[in-house]
Amino acid sequence: MEEKFPIFTEEMKKTHTILVPNMLPVHFSLIGSIMEQEGYKVHILDNEGPEIVDAGLKYVHNDMCYPAIIVIGQMIAALNSGKFDVDKTALLISQTGGGCRASNYLHLLRKALVKAGYPQVPVISINVSNLSPQPGFKLTPSLVFKAMTAVIVGDFIMMIKNQCEPYEKNSGDTQKVVDKWHDFFLKRWEKTGVTPFGKLKKYFRQMLCDFAEIPMDRSPRPRVGIVGEIFVKYAPVGNNHLEEFLVSEGAEVVVPGLLDFCLYCVYNSIVDHKLYGGSAVKTTGVKLVYRYLINMQNKMYAIVKDHGVFRAPLGFDDKKDLTEKYIGQGVKMGEGWLLTSEMAELIKEGVTNIVCTQPFGCLPNHIVAKGMENKIKAIHPEANIVAVDYDPGASKVNQQNRIKLMLANAKTPESKHEEVKPNIYTGKNINM
Amino acid sequence: MALNVGIDVGSTTVKVVVLDGEELLFTHYERHMSQVRTKALEILNSAKDVLSGHELRVSISGSAGMGLADSAGVSFVQEVFATEKAVHKFLGDVDIVVELGGEDAKILFLTGGVEERMNGTCAGGTGSFIDQMAVLLNLSVDDMDAEGMKAERIYPIASRCGVFAKTDIQPLLNQNAKKSDIAASIFRAVAEQTITGLARGRKLEGKIAFLGGPLHFFNCLKKQFIEALNLSEENAIFPEGDLFFVAAGAAMFADTNGTQTDFDELIEKIESAAATKEENTYLKPLFESSDEYQEFCDRHKKAAVEFSDIEAYTGDAYLGIDCGSTTIKLVLIDENKRILYSYYNSNKGNPLEAVRKSLLEIYKLCAGRIKIRASAATGYGESLMVNAFGVDFGLVETMAHFTATSYFQPEVDFIIDIGGQDIKCFKIKNGAVDSIMLNEACSSGCGSFIETFAKSMGHSAEEFARLGVMAAHPVDLGSRCTVFMNSSVKQAQKDGAGVDDISAGLSVSVVKNALYKVIRAKDADDLGENIVVQGGTFYNDAVLRAFEREIGKTVTRPTVSGLMGAFGAALYAKEESKETSTLIGAEDLESFKNEIKEINCGGCTNKCRLQVNTFSNGRKFISGNRCETPLKAGDAKDLPNAYAYKRERFDASRNEVNAPRGNVGMPYALNVIEMYPFWKAFFAELGINVIFSENSTRKIYEKGRDTIPSDTICYPAKLVHGAIADLIDKGVDKIFYPCMTYNFDEGKGDNHYNCPVVAYYPEVIAANMSSVLDIDFMYPFIGVDRPKDFEKKIYKYLKSYYPDLKRGEVKLATAEAYKAYEEYRQDIRRSGEKALAYAREENLPVIVLCGRPYHIDAEINHGIDKLITSLGAVVLSDDCVSDLADAGKVDVLNQWTYHARLYSAAKFCAENKCANLVQLVSFGCGIDAVTTDEVRSILEKNDKLYTQIKIDEINNSGAVKIRIRSLMCAVEQKEKGGIC
Repeated sequence: MEEKFPIFTEEMKKTHTILVPNMLPVHFSLIGSIMEQEGYKVHILDNEGPEIVDAGLKYVHNDMCYPAIIVIGQMIAALNSGKFDVDKTALLISQTGGGCRASNYLHLLRKALVKAGYPQVPVISINVSNLSPQPGFKLTPSLVFKAMTAVIVGDFIMMIKNQCEPYEKNSGDTQKVVDKWHDFFLKRWEKTGVTPFGKLKKYFRQMLCDFAEIPMDRSPRPRVGIVGEIFVKYAPVGNNHLEEFLVSEGAEVVVPGLLDFCLYCVYNSIVDHKLYGGSAVKTTGVKLVYRYLINMQNKMYAIVKDHGVFRAPLGFDDKKDLTEKYIGQGVKMGEGWLLTSEMAELIKEGVTNIVCTQPFGCLPNHIVAKGMENKIKAIHPEANIVAVDYDPGASKVNQQNRIKLMLANAKTPESKHEEVKPNIYTGKNINM
Repeated sequence: MALNVGIDVGSTTVKVVVLDGEELLFTHYERHMSQVRTKALEILNSAKDVLSGHELRVSISGSAGMGLADSAGVSFVQEVFATEKAVHKFLGDVDIVVELGGEDAKILFLTGGVEERMNGTCAGGTGSFIDQMAVLLNLSVDDMDAEGMKAERIYPIASRCGVFAKTDIQPLLNQNAKKSDIAASIFRAVAEQTITGLARGRKLEGKIAFLGGPLHFFNCLKKQFIEALNLSEENAIFPEGDLFFVAAGAAMFADTNGTQTDFDELIEKIESAAATKEENTYLKPLFESSDEYQEFCDRHKKAAVEFSDIEAYTGDAYLGIDCGSTTIKLVLIDENKRILYSYYNSNKGNPLEAVRKSLLEIYKLCAGRIKIRASAATGYGESLMVNAFGVDFGLVETMAHFTATSYFQPEVDFIIDIGGQDIKCFKIKNGAVDSIMLNEACSSGCGSFIETFAKSMGHSAEEFARLGVMAAHPVDLGSRCTVFMNSSVKQAQKDGAGVDDISAGLSVSVVKNALYKVIRAKDADDLGENIVVQGGTFYNDAVLRAFEREIGKTVTRPTVSGLMGAFGAALYAKEESKETSTLIGAEDLESFKNEIKEINCGGCTNKCRLQVNTFSNGRKFISGNRCETPLKAGDAKDLPNAYAYKRERFDASRNEVNAPRGNVGMPYALNVIEMYPFWKAFFAELGINVIFSENSTRKIYEKGRDTIPSDTICYPAKLVHGAIADLIDKGVDKIFYPCMTYNFDEGKGDNHYNCPVVAYYPEVIAANMSSVLDIDFMYPFIGVDRPKDFEKKIYKYLKSYYPDLKRGEVKLATAEAYKAYEEYRQDIRRSGEKALAYAREENLPVIVLCGRPYHIDAEINHGIDKLITSLGAVVLSDDCVSDLADAGKVDVLNQWTYHARLYSAAKFCAENKCANLVQLVSFGCGIDAVTTDEVRSILEKNDKLYTQIKIDEINNSGAVKIRIRSLMCAVEQKEKGGIC
């Protein structure tokens, strides 16, 4: 019964523009550029506004999680906008394939397309389990590798940007550096293909110098970590521009990187094998990938450390070990144990103020976020966590009021900033 | 000398405090009726004498103050933070502060780890909620408070969300429960909502200070808080000046962080705040011009009914009574179906009296010339009417509405009725009701919501509607439940929207709610060609216009749109009329009396608290029952009921086995309710006796309630806490409750997951119930999908608790476990086949009651299975039949074991004429947002009806009964091929 839905064929690769919803501005435009190199036509969707939620509510079951409503609404609103030739457009959606209902996004999107009158629009699913045939789109190892590079570059830029922006003396300076490097990579990759990691290190160092040169006023500001369901955690359209709001309220935001989530997905299949048994051969390959990515992450953090001006978070290997006090690593649906572990890591690093973003009614969050809050506070009484629900009907005022409460209680790291300790890396894999 | 000024702008009131150092110079408290800025200015001006000539330091606080502070350029302090400051100063050694506001509820823990909690987006308002409830009871808030103090008993009313509470209260009103008891129950619900919603696992102990408007004004609320928390007198503090803590805190904050200014500049700042940014999203006005409105009005006038003069008429007449949730409607028609008399009014919390008065009026008007040949009642209060007044017929309201609509519009293919509390929609196909959609409790409150809102803004419902019609910039308020809308309205007001814009915006929201939440329409064509709208809410032109606009079509609104149920009932009475009517006569009406007695039902273990109404005609009406047992008093035959069978089977497994290795406890909850044969056999073979927690009851739930960390999780998960607490009470020293990402693989889907909540709930228990620290709480990650791996892993795990355990024993136990589980599954299938055979033989309808295995728990399903058998249908469960049909490849990712059964069961119902499907959905079950649409589409592709029942803590058997009756009646009709 697969043929019920249009398939993304090889010919479409040439004719169709693929719309990709933007979850993380820097990461996704880099990923887009990589896909273009591979011969796809890509458009990163940045549309916002009430028509998105309207379209989402109209074509998706309203009790479905908020990210589904937003993402699908955004795609349909884009098709409705008239900016795209709907007969020459395809959509791309990721599918993690876990026990969370989010794995159903692909199916819900297809249902919504039929309802909205676009049955001809093919949907490409990004998943590792090969859930549906799409001859025109291949998740080749080279594409995956390149995308991972984009994730690392994106994480790097995001991490340093967040440490500069609130402190910049001239508003906009940080964004200029971000844009400079973002454009640099776009152009460079267009010409010479994705930079191999070895060469990337050089650019990372240059970038750090560029950022460090921005004139800054380092008077201490409260640091606020953002954790939560992956979409509302990252996407401004999903969290009412949370990062912007926090910065405007005088905070420095700390957002865990996307690579951690990728590592979490990879690591889970190792845990699964440990807990439930099954084929050992499969896990051997997974372990290789895992080590490879860990290695890249560690090196990236080590560069930050060597440079000495900015902070780098704990590497994934250490981060995952923080989990044990709170929750089993078998909890792997949605953001699973990673969410708890991210909170633990933030607190350990002195970022005791945390906004935990969750789509209203998100099932895994009952367990890993709300469910663990009491335990986290028992172990770390200094934790100042606010859980914020995101939902088509939730009012911004209410959300902001709750965040303000958290901010009012936020402790500014008085002296910590003077003794900036970039030496927090404790990983085992240092190999520069 | 500088003065410190604190301005607290709440959702409903403005409070201003002026401090001179420690000295209180000025305080003022007033409702702002959404005129935030004007009211603040007014109050400040009234304090001119105090303020002018001084240097001022000003801070604004409060939920509606944020915007004002922003645009006026005045410093802002978060209100909880301000409260904390003031409490420290004025009250000293307080452990906890509970503060209720118009829409916010807050708890501050000041000792033992300072922590502040505010209600989430779902928990709903408190002060506004009390206001709304008072309107429902037709009392002023003060009277409601006074009534509450006289209460004799407390009814359980859902304490999570205002809308749910309303659904609980309505049946009580209809059942004639005492107002004083209901009033007190409402206050109790508010108290419990605060306790469970905000404490989330932290105990409320020590000295507690109560602050905020509602706790200032309502003595009954104070009393209920003291009782619910079991506080001693010295620990319950109701401080003087409790209304001004936030404002005082803000003034104290202003001392160091306030905006420095003087009186004139402050006034100027606040005045100038008006013109600044407007953040609202606005919609198109409902009408571009008054001509357009006129044209609209003229068009709708055409759908009129013929009236006939009751004073002039002589002959037979037929009466219809629609006893709705908030209103009473009566219609009397003549031989030619013309309306002789009609009545439409709020039931004012006393439906019996309202109907009695109206009937007396009818008899007077009939004056012997007119003979009432037959009568019929419908609506929530149908059986109350039948019993109290000897009404001849009762019919389910869906059918009443359809009957009326077909009279107006024989071609009708879609009916939507928005009443005070509910939305009902029916699709009509081939002259029969094809599908019925009722709103779930969470989106209800539509019509009465507009009404209460109108009143709270100082307008009548009619005026409010009229303002909305002409609004220039309707505000976009979103389309969620009323509680969310409250917040959106708050925001709109903050941004300067007027009453007219809000009225229009609310109308659009109500319509969107109905269309996209209840009907789940994708576009206008989905509804059909001939659409009839009815119900009191459609009297509101703004709503009607918004509806037409939203679907892009014109619709028919009968001029008697609010009377359709009663009109339908009258038509039905005429159709079915007998020689003489049993309707109560005028004389008996005069002396009509009703006595209420309360008893406990002994029909089953539910032990429902029953109210027996005895009427002066000697007839009785029993309410408060969950099933029909007390009504039929034994003469009903027990029909096969798979849910009951499963419960019995579980109870039989509570036997003790020989246990040299001792006992282990397992909760009667979630997946254990299905996996028990597996674990029982497994542990028995190892010489371990499994003790299950008791069957769930409200009491057991309450045992664990204060440890629930998430108030929006499903009820079955909440019950786990109680089950664990029960096991601890039983004194077990080991509890086994494994985490299970995967379930058994029944080969029906692409994967075999458990849902995240079922899979990982043991983690939540371990992290939130400190009582499990004192025992061995065993919650390993275990898979059962591969027996070999299971054996290996469980052996390794249990070895650390039972060092003498042998691998060989575990091997045997594993084999026994799988065998027992397989036997169980087969037994359920066999029982299903037997029940099916019985139904076919006796020619009985079959309802396949679908859900999760744990929905057999009577505390979760509130006796719905028994309700269905009492209505004459055989009840099967999804797993009785899920192996009798193959759903094939479905249009969603089919990856959960329990949920895959639903699709197969749906397929079975699609293929079997006698079987119909009813799906139970627990509120908060995210995964059912995926399954319900798919189950519906499997059924509808095969021309079958789909019925969904949402269940939660609360028990609303009235609404459930309507759905089941409608379903059965529609099925019957379909077979007959025409209208009843």
